[in-house]
Amino acid sequence: MERQKVTIDGNEATASIAYRTNEICAIYPITPSSNMGEFADDWSAIKRKNIWGTVPLVIEMQSEGGASGAVHGALQTGALTTTFTASQGLLLMIPNMFKIAGELTSTVFHVSARTVATHALSIFGDHSDVMAVRQTGWAMLPSGSVQEAHDMALIAQAATLEARVPFLHFFDGFRTSHEVDKIEQLNDDDLRAMIDDELVRAHRARALSPNHPVLRGSAQNPDVFFQARETINPFYIKVPGIVQKAMDKFAKLTGRAYHLFDYAGAPDAERVVIIMASGGETAEATVHYLVERGEKVGVIRVRLYRPFDTTAFLKSLPKTVKSIAVLDRTKEPGASGEPLYLDVTSTLFENGCQGIKVIGGRYGLSSKEFTPAMVKAVFDELKKADPKNHFVVGINEDVTHSSLDYDPNFSVEHPETVRCLFFGLGSDGTVGANKNSIKIIGEETNNNAQGYFYYDSKKAGTLTVSHLRFGPKPIQAPYLITPNTANFVACHQFSFLERFDFTKYAQPGAVFLVNSLHGPEEIWDKLPQEVQKDIIEKKLRFYTINAYDVAEKTGMGSRVNTIMQTCFFAISGILPRDEAIEQIKKAIQKTYGKRGEAVVLKNYAAVDQTLVNLHQVKVPGKVTSTFTRRAPVPADAPAFVRDVLGPMIAFEGDTIPVSAMPVDGTFPTGTTKWEKRNIALEIPVWEPDLCIQCGKCVFVCPHAVIRHKVYDKKFLEKAPKTFKSMDSKFKEFPGMAYTVQVAPEDCTGCTLCVEACPAKDKTNPARKSINMAPQPPLRETEVPNWEFFLSLPETDRTAINLGTIKNSQLLEPLFEFSGACAGCGETPYIKLMSQLFGDRAIIANATGCTSIYGGNLPTTPYTFNKDGRGPAWSNSLFEDNAEFGLGFRLTLDKQLEYASDILPTFVNELGQNLVDSLLKADQTTDLGIKQQRERVEALKQKLAHSKNPQAKNLAAVADSFAKKSVWIIGGDGWAYDIGYGGLDHVLSTGRNVNLLVLDTEVYSNTGGQASKATPRGAVARFAASGKGLSKKDLGLMAIAYGYVYVARVAMGYSDQHTLKAFIEAEAYNGPSIIIAYSHCIAHGIDMAKGLEQQKLAVQSGLWPLYRYDPRLAAEGKNPLQIDCKEPTVPVEQYMYNETRFRMLTQSDEARAETLLKLSSQDAKARWNFYSQLAAMHFGETSEQK
Amino acid sequence: MVDLSTTYLGLKLKNPLVASASPLSEKVETVKKLEEAGIAAIVMYSLFEEQVIHESLELDHFLFYGSESSAEIDSFYPQSGTYTLKADAYIETLKKIKQAVNIPVIGSLNGVSTGGWIKYAKKIEDAGADALELNLYFLPTDPALTATQIEENYITLVHDVRNSIKIPLAVKLSPFFTAIPNIAKRLVEAGANGLVLFNRFYQPDLDLETLEVAPNLVLSTSNELRLPLRWIAILYGHINADLALTSGIHTAEDVIKASMAGASVAMTTSELLAKGIGRVPVILSDLEKWMTGHDYESIKQMKGSLSQKSVKEPAAYERANYMKVLNSFKSLP
Repeated sequence: MERQKVTIDGNEATASIAYRTNEICAIYPITPSSNMGEFADDWSAIKRKNIWGTVPLVIEMQSEGGASGAVHGALQTGALTTTFTASQGLLLMIPNMFKIAGELTSTVFHVSARTVATHALSIFGDHSDVMAVRQTGWAMLPSGSVQEAHDMALIAQAATLEARVPFLHFFDGFRTSHEVDKIEQLNDDDLRAMIDDELVRAHRARALSPNHPVLRGSAQNPDVFFQARETINPFYIKVPGIVQKAMDKFAKLTGRAYHLFDYAGAPDAERVVIIMASGGETAEATVHYLVERGEKVGVIRVRLYRPFDTTAFLKSLPKTVKSIAVLDRTKEPGASGEPLYLDVTSTLFENGCQGIKVIGGRYGLSSKEFTPAMVKAVFDELKKADPKNHFVVGINEDVTHSSLDYDPNFSVEHPETVRCLFFGLGSDGTVGANKNSIKIIGEETNNNAQGYFYYDSKKAGTLTVSHLRFGPKPIQAPYLITPNTANFVACHQFSFLERFDFTKYAQPGAVFLVNSLHGPEEIWDKLPQEVQKDIIEKKLRFYTINAYDVAEKTGMGSRVNTIMQTCFFAISGILPRDEAIEQIKKAIQKTYGKRGEAVVLKNYAAVDQTLVNLHQVKVPGKVTSTFTRRAPVPADAPAFVRDVLGPMIAFEGDTIPVSAMPVDGTFPTGTTKWEKRNIALEIPVWEPDLCIQCGKCVFVCPHAVIRHKVYDKKFLEKAPKTFKSMDSKFKEFPGMAYTVQVAPEDCTGCTLCVEACPAKDKTNPARKSINMAPQPPLRETEVPNWEFFLSLPETDRTAINLGTIKNSQLLEPLFEFSGACAGCGETPYIKLMSQLFGDRAIIANATGCTSIYGGNLPTTPYTFNKDGRGPAWSNSLFEDNAEFGLGFRLTLDKQLEYASDILPTFVNELGQNLVDSLLKADQTTDLGIKQQRERVEALKQKLAHSKNPQAKNLAAVADSFAKKSVWIIGGDGWAYDIGYGGLDHVLSTGRNVNLLVLDTEVYSNTGGQASKATPRGAVARFAASGKGLSKKDLGLMAIAYGYVYVARVAMGYSDQHTLKAFIEAEAYNGPSIIIAYSHCIAHGIDMAKGLEQQKLAVQSGLWPLYRYDPRLAAEGKNPLQIDCKEPTVPVEQYMYNETRFRMLTQSDEARAETLLKLSSQDAKARWNFYSQLAAMHFGETSEQK
Repeated sequence: MVDLSTTYLGLKLKNPLVASASPLSEKVETVKKLEEAGIAAIVMYSLFEEQVIHESLELDHFLFYGSESSAEIDSFYPQSGTYTLKADAYIETLKKIKQAVNIPVIGSLNGVSTGGWIKYAKKIEDAGADALELNLYFLPTDPALTATQIEENYITLVHDVRNSIKIPLAVKLSPFFTAIPNIAKRLVEAGANGLVLFNRFYQPDLDLETLEVAPNLVLSTSNELRLPLRWIAILYGHINADLALTSGIHTAEDVIKASMAGASVAMTTSELLAKGIGRVPVILSDLEKWMTGHDYESIKQMKGSLSQKSVKEPAAYERANYMKVLNSFKSLP
């Protein structure tokens, strides 16, 4: 069978082998490995078979801990089983990994190595996760490229079956997992040739079976445990030989030869670098370059890291070597060196090689770039008489001065390799189109091809950067395209040019392509000075197209992908133009054909219209622009924002030195307001003549960009001319002025406010009190209006009637301008919490969307009021968030207890009155809390002058007297799945914590994998054939405790109910949980209709609203109150507005029909159940009778 | 025993009662019930041009929406699956219906332009449909668009569909033509083997609470029979095509009137949607009873017997008739 050349990423390359050589995959999503599980699930859903002709069974578990448990069980009963994971996920598997290895079980886990969270979470790649499991007894086989990931996945599978030692096959997260390369794909015959069925049968024969019963997993005592543990030694001794044998067999089969340690470089090398995974590619390319220039250097790439075969290692080392640098992509604080360094030094020491100088260094943490320039710096360091040991390379470590300097302009790239950069807007299709382009180049030409894709940290208005390389020579460059080296630079979103420096990447004479509304004659004057200067000085060939216009006219909407892709082929000339067009159209048919002819035709039309609209711009000889690029943050921003966050915003974060970074991951809040992203094309405009001052627009705004205030009319004297105002209609604030104001530069243009606005013009109902209008012309007037609005005093919160929507929305939001998706269904709830309780809130946040838009750098949406109070926020892990938040509560309770214990001993200094009022304060209202804070201040002041030695101790905990509100926030993946055990336990403790579950019914953050909250009938990742079983009723499980306040809310159905539930939950002195319907982009809806969908969810009975308040039971009332009407809308009316449900009707109509019917029954049954529960008599207990 | 059989589009039918395009034909089981109840043929629910295009674009939009929005998200949905668009599902349903019943099954396409979607005419033929009904309805809102342009589009479309299939083709019309006989004649010349009079549409209503337009469907009544009845009577014998009357068929009397005006078949939907499939045997039985009671031997015997061509006073179908009615109305006490 002939082998195909395919252009795929590392995840697919790996999953392709794992899937075909296993029977069971137990999976759980975690970036960047989720795609491997998704591929397996997709293939299983379409019944693709493995090499034994059976469709592997794919099951999603509740956590990686669960996945490893299921794998362990499946292995013990004789199935060929695998899983895919990374980072924290791998750490959760450690206990089972010890067991699996201890029981000598054949399996391979495939890991896209990712940073383990320390001072911060990072989704990017390094070896901190895999190094954290090297003690488990697993063989470890790294791969450094997409082809290697494909090859090593198979070599690992073959070896584990013979060795009986489990294998961890790993590669660099994102760098390899998400890099798209042209590779030779192994066919089923190759797999069959490598996998010995006899060994598979032997694996099965070792399985647990009642037909030949054994006991495995006994408890052993000091008498024999040690001896039993040493029995495995022969197996480990054999592993290197078995792996090399598999590698040799593989080489014979494919021509690609690997060794336990692969040396490349001068045979007489004096300086050698030792490294593993993708960094080895960079090092090898650099070595070749240097050797060609006469340098005596070499590199050893570690293939089998565990067991570390010292003999093979020494054999691979040139005899001429004088100095060695060992590079580790991980950090072990406090260790005498990083792991690979220690392995190498001990090997050399044990073998009498003390004459060789060895240094170790760290590189590439969290996907930090690792370039040939850095490799060269390491070799240069090795030349020195006294080289730095324990160095870092790639950053400026200016605190303990361990970093190596390097020349950023050093490059080893082959002159025939073409490098192209594309800057796009998230979701504009640029990345997808570039993946298609690289496939076309890879599969339709003789070129080698590589694609890598970078995203910024926002979910709306994201900047994407596609790095494409291709050329006749093999591409060994797992690093980003560097400044001054790109042959082709394209900017697909014109507004980016005023924020970011793209032309710095262009080499002299390169092509610069810009998508712009401005024609070829006008565009020059619209460019910032810096861009004009670069174009002139670098003699760039400058092209432009109005892709927005072409897209609009050809029905492509805002998607400029196909158009810009056509421009790329037309200008670059990589293929003859006609052939390129034909290939693009073929790719369109392949990509979109399944979606219907209309989609294919509109893409064809876009291709055809592109060429006539593409223009080369005549470049004037001098800079004529009157403006410069915008600073990332205004000059008046605080120093930290300006000097640290500013460069991060401008994508210059790599230049920030270690000394500028906080030492413990602590960052200031309230920094999103400096970013001014200007991503909305249209923003809301307020029409006072129609406004009824209901506050609904403010309530639903996910981004806190539309606000209202009542204020004294005297302030209007200084208002900008265009500032709008009307008389207040608030009965609580008569005679005052009222304004609704929009933050023009922070709005995302989601239109939820317009959807929520109930005030229509009677003569023109299409006009509401809030209407959308183009942003650019409004910026000039609305920026000062917004600033003026902010300067108006906030309403005193003790004067606000919190029970009404309009009043509650006078509260200042302490969560603003997050990077969430435009129209996000979660953030309005968080914003509401921040308004009501933010000045006293401490938030434990589970990992997920909430932690990404809540805590991803560079800027932070949680903010503070004029008193400096605001939410304090932290993220521990995904799985332990409830427990983490409980810890907050325990501290608060304990410190209050301690403070209350010692306070009375100060009665003489403080006075009985202050002591008593501090201890007995009523803090059920904002006024009560305010007064208590004043008492605390008074207490601190008095203690400051106290001579009592205990005074400082009391002062340190004095704040505990003022009420704090503990919020434990996360999504359904946390609450229903991975964190459920902890959540359940926290509820059971009876402690006063508030849990807010933002239920999007799917793992939104990791790309839409099914959770136990996913409703029946929905298609999701890991539920490719539609979820067959109904959603878990988390609320009912919490109700079962009897002492937990439970509310199920959907603000799109009733904002008033949501408000009430939040207030009641927080007021309840015990555990409370609010489960909030959160519409999500993953549902496949127009986000502007999110509130409408919420309403339909309730009306259809799939999301009944209720509150369960244990306080009512004490009053003899039924604690459960149903807060919505009996279902009136058929479930399909709700479900089939959403792609997640509708697509099942298109992929499996019969199943969709069955699941729809069952969903309908679910809704009815749930309503019946709850209405009966709510009707139960709670008046008298049997004992009372 | 009276002979209820008739011929429509060259198809031999056991009686003149045909189920017109409606949700009743969405399920094989329902069509089987219609056959068991005695219906002579069914017209499948309509496949709309807008639906074919919109569904495709919508699927694409939402599969794309939000994809590639962050480093962790390439797409929210599985990518390797295949999708059966409604248009393809239509073909599948048609195939299943054809396998399940013996009565003729007529496919139905609804659209106004020649485009990618009309390939479904061929697919409907290939799926085994005995004939195709092409439903023409375009609501012009552009003042610059002339009646001539719209009619030309219709003619082109009928011509194109005719040339893409071999099975009989019926064209379903709206009553909103200035010169119905002329357009009827031109449609037949373009290839129509039958004309179906007339379309009924979803008409917009206004929701006074939300101040929004709220489209809904109101089922027909027997009163609506009058309009198609007149035009069937006028066209019968003047054009070389079969005629079908749809709109307002609720009783056996309505079927008889349709037949006497010149319709080969009477199509019903509203009655069945409102009162159930059980109405079919009742109407047929009433039809037989009426014919027996009035000494009619066959449907053929009555077909066109009261058409304009046959009646004593042809003007009764013309404007004079209208004047007479008005006069009689005025003369009421």
